[in-house]
Amino acid sequence: MTLLRHTRGGEITERQALTINPAKTCQPIGAMYAALGIHRCLPHSHGSQGCCSYHRSTLSRHYKEPVMAATSSFTEGSSVFGGQANLLQAIDNIFTVYQPDVIAVHTTCLSETIGDDIPQISEKASEKGLIPDGKCVIHASTPSYVGAAPTGFANMTAGMVKYFSKSTSPTKVADRVNVIPGWVEPADMREIKRIVAAMGLESIVFPDTSDVLDCPQTGMHEMFPKGGVTVEQLRATGDSAATIALGPICSDAAAVELTNKCGVPHTTLPLPIGLEATDRFILALREYNGGLVPQEITDERGRLIDLITDMHQYFYNKTAALWGDPDQLVSLSELLLTVDILPKYVVTGTPGKKFLRRMGEVLQERKSEVQVRQGTGADLFLMHQWIKNEKVDLLIGNTYGKYISRDEGIPLVRHGFPILDRVGHQFFPTVGYRGAIRLLEQILEALMQRQDDQCSEERFELTM
Amino acid sequence: MSESSTTGDTLLSGDASVTATVVREELLRDYPAKTKKKREKQIVINDKQRGEDGSLHLPVVAANTRTVPGIITQRGCCYAGCKGVILGPTRDIVNIVHGPIGCSFYSWLTRRNQTHTPTDEHDNFMTYCFSTDMTEENIIFGGEKRLRQAIQEAYDLFHPKAIAVFSTCPVGLIGDDVHQVSAEMKKQLGINVFAFSCEGYKGVSQSAGHHIANNQIFKHVIGEDDTERSQWSINLLGEYNIGGDAFVIEDLLERCGIELVSTFSGNSTYDQFANAHMARLNAVMCHRSINYVADMIEKKYGTPWIKVNFIGANATAKSLRKIAEYFDDRKLTENVERVIGEEFPAVVEAQRKYRPRCAGKRAVLFVGGSRAHHYQELFSELGMETIAAGYEFAHRDDYEGRQVLPTIKIDADSRNIEELRVDADQEKFRESDRQKGLKREEQGYTFREYDGMMAEMKDQTLIIDDISHSEAERLIKMVRPDVFCAGIKEKYSVQKMGVPCKQLHSYDYGGPYAGFTGAINFYEEIDRMVNARIWSRVQPPWENGSPGTESSSPSPTSLEEMEELEESTNS
Ligand code: SF4
Ligand code: SF4
Repeated sequence: MTLLRHTRGGEITERQALTINPAKTCQPIGAMYAALGIHRCLPHSHGSQGCCSYHRSTLSRHYKEPVMAATSSFTEGSSVFGGQANLLQAIDNIFTVYQPDVIAVHTTCLSETIGDDIPQISEKASEKGLIPDGKCVIHASTPSYVGAAPTGFANMTAGMVKYFSKSTSPTKVADRVNVIPGWVEPADMREIKRIVAAMGLESIVFPDTSDVLDCPQTGMHEMFPKGGVTVEQLRATGDSAATIALGPICSDAAAVELTNKCGVPHTTLPLPIGLEATDRFILALREYNGGLVPQEITDERGRLIDLITDMHQYFYNKTAALWGDPDQLVSLSELLLTVDILPKYVVTGTPGKKFLRRMGEVLQERKSEVQVRQGTGADLFLMHQWIKNEKVDLLIGNTYGKYISRDEGIPLVRHGFPILDRVGHQFFPTVGYRGAIRLLEQILEALMQRQDDQCSEERFELTM
Repeated sequence: MSESSTTGDTLLSGDASVTATVVREELLRDYPAKTKKKREKQIVINDKQRGEDGSLHLPVVAANTRTVPGIITQRGCCYAGCKGVILGPTRDIVNIVHGPIGCSFYSWLTRRNQTHTPTDEHDNFMTYCFSTDMTEENIIFGGEKRLRQAIQEAYDLFHPKAIAVFSTCPVGLIGDDVHQVSAEMKKQLGINVFAFSCEGYKGVSQSAGHHIANNQIFKHVIGEDDTERSQWSINLLGEYNIGGDAFVIEDLLERCGIELVSTFSGNSTYDQFANAHMARLNAVMCHRSINYVADMIEKKYGTPWIKVNFIGANATAKSLRKIAEYFDDRKLTENVERVIGEEFPAVVEAQRKYRPRCAGKRAVLFVGGSRAHHYQELFSELGMETIAAGYEFAHRDDYEGRQVLPTIKIDADSRNIEELRVDADQEKFRESDRQKGLKREEQGYTFREYDGMMAEMKDQTLIIDDISHSEAERLIKMVRPDVFCAGIKEKYSVQKMGVPCKQLHSYDYGGPYAGFTGAINFYEEIDRMVNARIWSRVQPPWENGSPGTESSSPSPTSLEEMEELEESTNS
């Protein structure tokens, strides 16, 4: 029996209107994730309650963690008259009952279509005395019919700058950089902080979901766990020497905003996944620490290179199909090419102008061997059709790939969002040199296990 | 007079001061006035009063009312109830979600509805997610053209029997006429194409979506195929085959010789729905989500309906007997007794094993529209007590029983959910079935009966409708239940508080829990959860309340030696 029995290869007809098995999801979930990276912040979904329920459920399944967020619970009446009354009541309830420091409101398709003006409503809330002293309501506009989940992340992160960042003096704090980590896992954010600290720099990482979505079991539920970037830190981003934005789609907007608003220069880099991308991150940090790279980091790099040189034969000439968020795909593709795996099919539903150009830069002379698709019709159904026509050795993407994996007998390395059926992503980073080791170890495990499973008895090896 | 024999306040925990009244006050304490006023009507003490004539009087629960914005609710939307719950489990309809991508993405395979196709050649679209993925341009200029095109593309690629279209919030707002487009495409393609106006803002929860789904399936599908069914044929309504529940029930029915015409909608197909009116009896599992279809079939075709419950071994036996009793045939009764006889020894054996390990422990259930009630059966079979419960999206009749139906006021949020006007079908109405029902009723057999959750719960327990996060957290702190049943959004906050949480939507990827074998699975699962060692290891040994580090007493070298040593130190 096959799970995706209606997917066939052969001639592929272009679809104009129907998305099948999407390789993206909607903006607000990205905004919710980003907002969870502010200390003592409650994300709030301004719309009907279904969106909020779905976003919380998906994030919870991915992290196996509580995901706290509230909703304006629109009814038919609010969809006609607007959601102002709902939001005012929500703000009152939230500050009274849950007492966060920040409410981060994001819109949904519904409230966007209605045209609710969030800043005006929070103004009203403030006039009515519903916002206690020292607390704040921030917002991001996140209609799903524009962009996708990473766009929501970018918008909420830019919102943090808009609402909080302040330049208090013309001289910046020389050894402090802001790092916008992009949509990566809590473990990655923790790893980024470690790397920056190892480079001898102070950092403000925002948003920061470590210690929010990877909390220890203590027998106590902290509504607002200890992690997250504080409001004070967010304010101080305006006085940092520079901003390093990781992943243009998720992080560029906030970095640009910070440059414009507070005069903090920024560098936007690809996500530091893989050897070259991490090299670039380290080089960028070196600009601010006097040019030093500590032995610790150099050793980590050396270990990664060692792994690749030792195991190169298992990577060489293999092919992979990848899907997910553009920032991830660019860096992943580069890592695969570094070890001589060809990222043969690359698909993302998330729009964003720079993606295709950057894929071109990464692929260089191998461009012609690769199919890359973005936007309408770029979905897992299409990718599966390609696979039907010409197989690959490896799948890298979220949990939805397991259906293709089983039907086609191709191993799947789970990476990206959401991962609903395994653990690991919340604990082990994939950024930095150590993260690359983790990723390659997973890829090797998949490829070598397949070899063990499928080779003939006489070719079954003890040592590999 | 209160039913409770003692003080009137059942203890919610070992602490005698923690009564339902005290807990209720704590749950309500910090709300702003307006919110408090609303929640007071939804947090109710199950004060069961007996009238002179022995009739039961229950307090009113203000169920199926709006969720207060900002309280952190469990609830989802109308669309989730329609597409996710009711239509999701049917394998051979292509379900196209008309809207931006998210709504469709999140309902893609996340409800664990299992399905079984006879062969690989049979259609199964449940692994697929279809969306029109509307863009800004569609929102501004309308999305009908895109929808039409999407239906065409789905048809060209998949050639399904039927295509269903689901409206999401923005679609309702911009006013795309999904029904018109569907009708046109139906004509053009020659297959059934129909639509659901199940925008998420309709009603106050998933419940509105159930109703809308019932209506459209009734209007567009039921009654299409008049193939005759046997004398002992039923539909099973409101069973969604989470974790394979429907498979278990199908097997039981088959062994009893009861023909299952259709299930709404676990492991179902389009053709089953089309033929559903030919069954002789409707058996309703989840009253909340599907009673509309049962009522409408009865009105139009004459098929009577009864409430059943296959959650719990006793309830399963009772339900099978109830079905047999309706058909009133010696052979069938024998079959049913034989099957129960075959199944029960294993149940008893399992109860013997797990009951001592679970008895006396306390459960709370906050889920769904029927499960918070049905699963109390299983807990009581384990000797566990339900001390508080509530639904996420049920109505008053699910709490207080169907006798309150005439007294339920229709508010603004329910008024705009269409009530179909249904009349008897001139040709297809089976007068014989109606007559049979009437006759059985005279003999004391009860139809259309559902007493709701509260009648079966103990006096002075706590009923909480649409529980909020803050209420759940306070409840746990005060009563420390041994197991908390809810959904994925509550799961990890509950567990972080040191209490195991059983998901009763998804079953935590376990199950089946229906029928006899399901009951055994559930006993084992609850034993696992409430007795897992790990809960006693949460505190590090270097912090207070820990078992402390090992003492420096002599080291035994075998288990036997160790036990001897322990005995000597204990005495
Ligand atoms: S309406 Fe928009 S925001 Fe809500 S789930 Fe659907 S796509 Fe996402
Ligand atoms: S947009 Fe509406 S239909 Fe879609 S998930 Fe949100 S509430 Fe439900």
